[in-house]
Amino acid sequence: MTVRVGNAAQAPDFPEAAKKQLANAQMRRNVRHATDVIRAKRNRVAAEMPDWEALRESARQIKAHTLRHLDTYLEQFEKACTAAGGRVHWAKDADEANAIIAAIINSHGEKEVIKIKTMTSDEIRLNPALEAEGITPFETDLADLIVQLGNDQPSHIVVPALHRNKTEIRKLFLEKMKLETLGDQPEDLTEAARRYLREKFLRVKIGIGGANFAIAETGSVCIVESEGNGRMCLTLPQVFISLVGIEKIIPEFSDLEVFLQLLPRSATGERMNPYNSIWTGISPNDGPKEFHVVLLDNGRSEILADEKTRQTLQCIRCAACLNVCPVYRQTGGHAYGSIYSGPIGAIVTPQLQSMQHSQSLPYASSLCGACYEACPVKINIPEVLIELRGKVVAAGDAPASEKIAMKTASFALSSSRRLATAQKFVRIAQWPLVHDGTISKLPGFLGAWSETRNMRSAPAESFRQWWKRRRKEQHS
Amino acid sequence: MLISLFITCYNDTLFPETGKAVVAVLERLGHTVEFREAQTCCGQMHYNTGYQQEAFPLMRHFLEVFRGAEVICIPSASCVAMIREHFPVMAADSTDPKLIHEVNDLLPRVFEFTELLVDKLGVTDVGAFFPHPVTFHTSCHSLRSLHVGDKPMQLLKNIRGLKLTELPDSDQCCGFGGTFAIKNAPVSSAMLSDKIGSILKTNAQVCAAGDNSCLMHIDGGLTRQKAPVKCMHIAEILAATEPVSNPGSDQ
Amino acid sequence: MTTSRTEILEKIRRSLGVAPEQREQNGLTEDRITEDRIAKDYGTIAREYQHSGKLDPQSRLELFSERLRDYGTSVHRCSNQQLSSTIAQVLAARHIHRILIPPGISGPWLAASDIEFVPANNGLTYAEMDKMEGVLTACTAAIALTGTIFLRHSATEGTRALTLIPDYHLCVVFENQVLETVPEAIRYMEPFSTLPLTTISGPSATSDIEMTRIKGVHGPRTLDVVLIQD
Repeated sequence: MTVRVGNAAQAPDFPEAAKKQLANAQMRRNVRHATDVIRAKRNRVAAEMPDWEALRESARQIKAHTLRHLDTYLEQFEKACTAAGGRVHWAKDADEANAIIAAIINSHGEKEVIKIKTMTSDEIRLNPALEAEGITPFETDLADLIVQLGNDQPSHIVVPALHRNKTEIRKLFLEKMKLETLGDQPEDLTEAARRYLREKFLRVKIGIGGANFAIAETGSVCIVESEGNGRMCLTLPQVFISLVGIEKIIPEFSDLEVFLQLLPRSATGERMNPYNSIWTGISPNDGPKEFHVVLLDNGRSEILADEKTRQTLQCIRCAACLNVCPVYRQTGGHAYGSIYSGPIGAIVTPQLQSMQHSQSLPYASSLCGACYEACPVKINIPEVLIELRGKVVAAGDAPASEKIAMKTASFALSSSRRLATAQKFVRIAQWPLVHDGTISKLPGFLGAWSETRNMRSAPAESFRQWWKRRRKEQHS
Repeated sequence: MLISLFITCYNDTLFPETGKAVVAVLERLGHTVEFREAQTCCGQMHYNTGYQQEAFPLMRHFLEVFRGAEVICIPSASCVAMIREHFPVMAADSTDPKLIHEVNDLLPRVFEFTELLVDKLGVTDVGAFFPHPVTFHTSCHSLRSLHVGDKPMQLLKNIRGLKLTELPDSDQCCGFGGTFAIKNAPVSSAMLSDKIGSILKTNAQVCAAGDNSCLMHIDGGLTRQKAPVKCMHIAEILAATEPVSNPGSDQ
Repeated sequence: MTTSRTEILEKIRRSLGVAPEQREQNGLTEDRITEDRIAKDYGTIAREYQHSGKLDPQSRLELFSERLRDYGTSVHRCSNQQLSSTIAQVLAARHIHRILIPPGISGPWLAASDIEFVPANNGLTYAEMDKMEGVLTACTAAIALTGTIFLRHSATEGTRALTLIPDYHLCVVFENQVLETVPEAIRYMEPFSTLPLTTISGPSATSDIEMTRIKGVHGPRTLDVVLIQD
């Protein structure tokens, strides 16, 4: 079995990649601007809901419940979808899903597909797999189009091209769409994309998308979007294929009343996104004649096994955690080396890969907790990060210097006598480093601290020494 | 009231002035402070870095040391968060009913310093005098784990002479994050640089906080830049009083 | 493919601690037990959020209009008698002379004499729709709090393509179709849950370029609403 999360297994470690991204001032300005805007909008529309916290709690419980009974709900979904004329396929991993999708396209003799934004397809690297079969996938979400034309990587879950500004996008469109003139305002660029894609919407016979929600009760799929490219892809072609991660299931149609309130407000800061499409199998005289659902595991069933980190699968991919994350704000999405970036990426990417790759990601957080606070399904991301750090350490994958430091510290802290001895040692050891009560260069791995920051030196007397002295003085 | 102080390992070693200030404030308010000398550490650094096994005996030791203490005062929001959020998880993981009971019994007795003053002791004016412009950094743990809200502000506002300036983007992390500051030093430094920018905008002479860990980080950046802002734990500001008038002392 | 299905389901059950042997032993009755157990568990989900609205009818309609205007949608309120003249005025203001209509729309809606109403019959191709200036439809329900219109693509609402391909959409909403909250609308739509459903909240939009909200990408770039008094 080959579980794959984009190119994450080959990506450099986060600290190394982040360092490179930090040097990209333009990208950082773009990311900062974009996250500031979405965050402000999200805060405004979340604050106007008096029952926001109740909605979050319900969403958490619905998702947790579904995961507890996922096998049953998947079977229920399959039955209902099939009864409505849909065809359900099961894919263990990326390769199997890619093969199923390619086979469907080949069975119609088609060479082109139009795609709705689906992160899951980036996860399994569907586009290169289709290209290898001689099939051309056209991304139709504006941001995905920008990423595809630029041969770039998505840097955000909801707005994948937020690292690009309009000047960069204009240049890209002029070249790739072979235009002679093009204005430089977002309106001009959007108009160019509309014209470029309209012809494809009307012509291409197969559409591919993901699913925001798959409803077990009815076998329906729900797609949440803004531009109308989703509606185009799932309505106009003859065949539509939904690639659905097995965690996208919700039990009942009525559960949408919770998620359709939380998702748009969390994702784009809108009270409701322009379009939601919900459909069930095939409808006579409306939409595709053939509908396929590919249920994808690709490491998800294994994540279920750990009750503490299982909550990772509650994610509805709103990216609110990215927008509030102070680390993401500095580095952008590419530093994470995964199509899933930010706090959720830091927990989902290594887990999908059975903790065999991307071990540096659980450490890409200051544990500030802003992600947990923003998460509409209440994934306790800091808690999961800590659990995953524990797994990295337990597997023996932590750096040797850190292991030694932690063991030494736990020995020193095991009794107050040892602590007092260690404090004495620190005072002596720091002596050559201290100038005017401060240390500007620390040794060994601690040197990373002192590259930009001084370190307060330990004072001559610890608190416990002062306390002892004071008590003696009081008693004498 | 007899208040047991958990100074925390890093305050003990690096910031003894904070502990002295806590003692001064509480004694000034008429309480008795005890310091159980066997205390060491809550295990936060180990736990958060993934060394849960190493954190476990530190939790056991903590429980032993503070058994029977009526009220435990901790001048560090992140250590309180460690105790409140992770001790129950560790106890549950151990499946030892005695340990689970002990942790449950401990939690209601644990107070962060400003919580203790405002919630438990009902005091917002501790009779302090501090004639300087001050800004307050809300640490992530006090903001999102403890939900201390405006308790520190209530205390600071009642200090005579103190001019409080709000810190812009106060909900943003300073970038410390324990071992994060070392493992991801460049990102941590970039976050710190934003925080320092916000602090300098306030023109405050003092940046206060309830966590010396954040302050150690912020101070490290400020002193490296030779910025004219001093970092002080809120306890040290609350401990400051009007100088006893002694006309001869200036000569 | 059956093997992958079995493998995935077994893996999920292993992860969740549902023993496969036990399922086989108990045979058919196991399904019932499972169903009951899951239904019970589902019933314990906390739902403390607001299920229904609190506004009086007039405030609810004002909120709906305000939320639509937030999206850049114009709202025209009129009586049933004024419907055809209002439609004529709205279309005139948009310089639209020919407009598509779903097959179920007839009678007084189409009284305006200076507009050519083109019925969208089954034979109409997408390319032909693309050449049309706009479409006029009814809807099933609407949500005041979010400025949302619910279509179930009935005979008066047209197929999904019809309200998608033309660049202009004029939607007629009756006041009694306007519900206040999302949960009220979802519960109202439940009987139609297996029909194709579309919700529309303003014209299509994107914020993908520098987070600047642009109205109109692939869906209709203009959405107007006529709100009819009961």
